[in-house]
Amino acid sequence: MTQQTTPRIRIRGLRKAFGPKIVLDGIDLDVMPGTSMVIIGGSGSGKSVLLRCILGLIPPDAGTIEIDGVDLLSLPARRREAARETIGMLFQNGALFDSLSVWENVAFGLLAAGRKHGRRPSRAEARAQAGRVLEQVGLDPSVGALSPAELSGGMQKRVGLARAIAGQPDILFFDEPTTGLDPIMGAVIDGLIVDCVRRLGSTAIAITHDMASAQRIGDQAAMLYKGKLIWQGPATSLLDSGNPMVDQFTHGRREGPIRMELRQ
Amino acid sequence: MNAVLDFIAALGRAALNLVRTAGALTLFAIAAVSHLVRPPFYWRIFLGALVEIGFFSLPVVALTALFSGGVIALQSYTGFAQYHAQGAIAGIVVLAVTRELGPVMAGLMVAGRVGAAMAAEIGTMRVTDQIDALTTLSTNPMKYLVTPRLLAGTIALPCLVLVADLLGVLGGFIVSVVKLDFSAPAYIAATFGAVKTIDVTVGLAKAAVFGFLITLMGCYHGYTSRGGAQGVGSATTAAVVAASILLLASDYLLTDVFFSQ
Repeated sequence: MTQQTTPRIRIRGLRKAFGPKIVLDGIDLDVMPGTSMVIIGGSGSGKSVLLRCILGLIPPDAGTIEIDGVDLLSLPARRREAARETIGMLFQNGALFDSLSVWENVAFGLLAAGRKHGRRPSRAEARAQAGRVLEQVGLDPSVGALSPAELSGGMQKRVGLARAIAGQPDILFFDEPTTGLDPIMGAVIDGLIVDCVRRLGSTAIAITHDMASAQRIGDQAAMLYKGKLIWQGPATSLLDSGNPMVDQFTHGRREGPIRMELRQ
Repeated sequence: MNAVLDFIAALGRAALNLVRTAGALTLFAIAAVSHLVRPPFYWRIFLGALVEIGFFSLPVVALTALFSGGVIALQSYTGFAQYHAQGAIAGIVVLAVTRELGPVMAGLMVAGRVGAAMAAEIGTMRVTDQIDALTTLSTNPMKYLVTPRLLAGTIALPCLVLVADLLGVLGGFIVSVVKLDFSAPAYIAATFGAVKTIDVTVGLAKAAVFGFLITLMGCYHGYTSRGGAQGVGSATTAAVVAASILLLASDYLLTDVFFSQ
């Protein structure tokens, strides 16, 4: 039996600074195909910037970001865009388009990709497909007619998840998927994320502060502190990693090697 | 000495900021216009913006034009009566409305209504990650949000100005005939005698430029807004102020080019 050794996502020496503040300081990270990687870290530790660099929303200052062995940063813009079509993203606050209905949000990527590749589905087909995806995240297709503003926070997350998985992406990113939700709804969203990732066979990266969520979603985990990955290991060992910084963070202790910076 | 240096440094910073903003704005406009000839084009967004700018601005532009035409007639009468030149009022009204008041008043109204709304809408999309979400969904935000609005503004404002021209002249006609006891047929004849095609055409060309500038300012300030609700508020204000100033400055330049001989 051969084991695939090329990581689905491979990051080397990734650096990003905003003025004098170094946010990412030489990140090296491998995420193997079909693996869910959870990245934990305090506020301002660079988690969101890392995701945005991989997505191409922020250009890094240095380093490489490879997807299936191809360095995204060295590709021409058009091929880079095509490579990123394989990525789905659930934003922290859902980032649903409030000028569109729920089904239009869910079908947005399908219509956009179809428009680009000359095989755009009709609106009726797109709506039917959006209804099927809404069912996959536990929502009735009739929700599709509503506006995002009419949904609760949990439902907005589900719609955001539906939008992220509608194009059946190879890679899924989740930015704080349970932030702002009650613990039960958080567990429901985590369960949906795990189901979706398994069903699609996708590779996933999630960033979160929520330890329960990190353990539910992740196969692997890493901790980002002051722009560096200070620990990587199985998500199951997050609470007893043996790393004093990780232990302080995961147990929420005030005392420890991590000092809260009140002003940066 | 330090106060002088601080003053010079502040001037330098302001000048650099102005140059930086002008450069960024120019690049933004070039990028947005370049998407006009690169498919796909978002017709649904374009038509929505056309209706929003052209149709829903109609009441405010119509009322403004109607009253402006009336005011011009009244003010002209007050001045011209001293020289027994009341007969020129119809010509004054039609020239003032078609050359200046129609485009400028409609432009300022649309800047206040549509420029602000665009900046607020796109700014809110920026600060709530909706613009980033567009990128992750294989959609170029510039192509989707900016280009259709720019085209809609450039097309809709001349249409509004055509209506404003008609209503402005009507306002002058109503005041002249009802309040100042002018003969209606004589007023209409004098109006048609005074107006030339070039007056109306240049007014419409000005309106197209104003429409482009207003939507450009709304989209640019919204697109580049930062920092939550306060950032969106600042972007909205900046969009309206910048659009109004640019509109009046470009009005002067265009008037100088077309009518200075």
